[in-house]
Amino acid sequence: MSEPVTIVETPIKLDFSYTPGVASSRFLRSLEKGKIVGQRCPKCKKVYMPPRGACSMCGVATDEELILSGKGTVCTFCVTRIPTPGLDAPYVSAWIRLDGADITSMFLIQECDPEEVRLGMRVEAVWVDEADREPNLGNIKYFRPTGEPDADYDTYKDYV
Amino acid sequence: MSGQAALRRDVAIVSWASFETPSEPARNEVEMLLPVVQEALGKVGLTQQDIGFTVSGSSDYLQGFPFAFVGALDAVGAWPPIRESHVEMDGAFALYEAVNVLQEEGIDTALVYAFARPSRGEVDRTLALQLDPYYVAPLWPDARGLAALQAQAMKDSGRFGDVPDLPPTYVADGCVAVVLAVGDRARELTKTPAWIRGIDHRIEPPSLGVRDLTTSPSTIAAGDAAGAAGADAAWLHVPYPHQELVLREALGLSGATVDSAAGPVMVGGLERLAAAAAGIAAGKARRAVAHATSGPCLQQNLVAVLEGVAQ
Amino acid sequence: MTESVLVAEHGIEYTYTRSTGPVIGAFLTALRDRQIVGVRGSDGRVIVPPTEYDPVTSEDLSEIVPVADEGVVTTWAWNDSPRMGQPLDRPFAWALVQLDGADTGLLAAVDAGEPGAMRTGVRVKARWADGRVGSIRDLACFEVVA
Repeated sequence: MSEPVTIVETPIKLDFSYTPGVASSRFLRSLEKGKIVGQRCPKCKKVYMPPRGACSMCGVATDEELILSGKGTVCTFCVTRIPTPGLDAPYVSAWIRLDGADITSMFLIQECDPEEVRLGMRVEAVWVDEADREPNLGNIKYFRPTGEPDADYDTYKDYV
Repeated sequence: MSGQAALRRDVAIVSWASFETPSEPARNEVEMLLPVVQEALGKVGLTQQDIGFTVSGSSDYLQGFPFAFVGALDAVGAWPPIRESHVEMDGAFALYEAVNVLQEEGIDTALVYAFARPSRGEVDRTLALQLDPYYVAPLWPDARGLAALQAQAMKDSGRFGDVPDLPPTYVADGCVAVVLAVGDRARELTKTPAWIRGIDHRIEPPSLGVRDLTTSPSTIAAGDAAGAAGADAAWLHVPYPHQELVLREALGLSGATVDSAAGPVMVGGLERLAAAAAGIAAGKARRAVAHATSGPCLQQNLVAVLEGVAQ
Repeated sequence: MTESVLVAEHGIEYTYTRSTGPVIGAFLTALRDRQIVGVRGSDGRVIVPPTEYDPVTSEDLSEIVPVADEGVVTTWAWNDSPRMGQPLDRPFAWALVQLDGADTGLLAAVDAGEPGAMRTGVRVKARWADGRVGSIRDLACFEVVA
């Protein structure tokens, strides 16, 4: 009859009611209101965005919250020339350090030619319309250039 | 290492803390774990910087995303990079690794923790993923169903008298943290160290059908290697009540007081070690057995023997 | 903490593709052909389903041995509320089935209808799935032999 079996497929599926935790819930709720909430470590004073309720360097709870502006600096970036579902190529993903934050986060950069994106470029968040906001990071559609002068290298050199 | 003979350096449980709730509503694993780790360290005046080795036990499948155990390191502060490890098992097996690492000169303290929030998923299905992936996992047997096969085999054997009915699989969220220290360091940290006089763990074949489910050869072997004979108290990890009967027989606990608990999956075994240490520290036991299990129908078993006096 | 906790339904799915190796492959190939085979262990026992290594001595095993598709239940447990993915969507018994010619138990579902039909020692016979592909699910379940 047919060939001997040498391969078997074993699909798995698990369902969860996921809860993100106290700090992340507050962060996601704030995004719904158009605000970006960070948390400051009481020990090393680093500001986490997104906050996770703990400083991963010090192992202490981060209770102090602060509102960050939606502006930041491009610390590094990548131009992708292969399209992906929902994104036409070329598109730019960048690690952005929000002003006041001590860690970088990845966002898209749009409203400019990919060739213009550079380290130190100043950018700002573009939000979805208020009526369409949900408690998730998708509320920030992308970042776009502010037109401000580039940041001094010293202000972001530790994040490149 | 096999049992007490190989413990060149005396290791004691010097501190512990734990938390358990039927279903943690709001906090995530890190937020749940952080105060427990702080409490265990704080009770003996330590911070993470004083810890020589950190190791955890958990299962990413319970959280539903890969490498979730790495995220849990947020709760201990892993910077500058610390010496750490993880086992995808109950935290008791992480403690076994810590006892081994503490045999090295220069590592005098260890932090062991375990955490789980199984209430967010369906633990009876999740545990199917620890089974043979060709023959068994594709049938998605529920954990309780497999335990029930063991209970029926015990009834059929006629050896156990009344075999308890099977309750639903115990589901709880929680975490536990245990601090270990070596020799004089342990004596500095607490007046009541619980010395680990022997520790061993053994495993049985993964095929349920080749095992005699009414006995636990792995517990017998681990108990012999750890020196469980003559214990006056035992803290047993018993996910389903009928399993206590198998464990009592395997460990020969006829004269000992026995405290059994299931605890949150991945956490319950390490909690038993902490509970036994608490029993030693409180003078409730002179020589205590602590037991932890993992896998279906008591497949893997760890036995430790704790005493209030060092060798 | 006045705001309610966010909850999202979250599913994970993945299809693992596994190599069978010669021993498991022989078993799954036989299932596709409505046959059941085991492997002879170091002590002469016939292990079903077959393992690549002896459970006691760890020796490599390779002697494939055909067994019957009928045998006896060595232990069982009634499952009142089948869960997603299990062999049957109506109440059934989990059982270890020792097939004629085998010395070990195979975990399977028995479509017994009601728990009163089950007991240790009851004879059962394989029911085969349609459209067999070389998987443990080719063995749909067992049924009690009248």
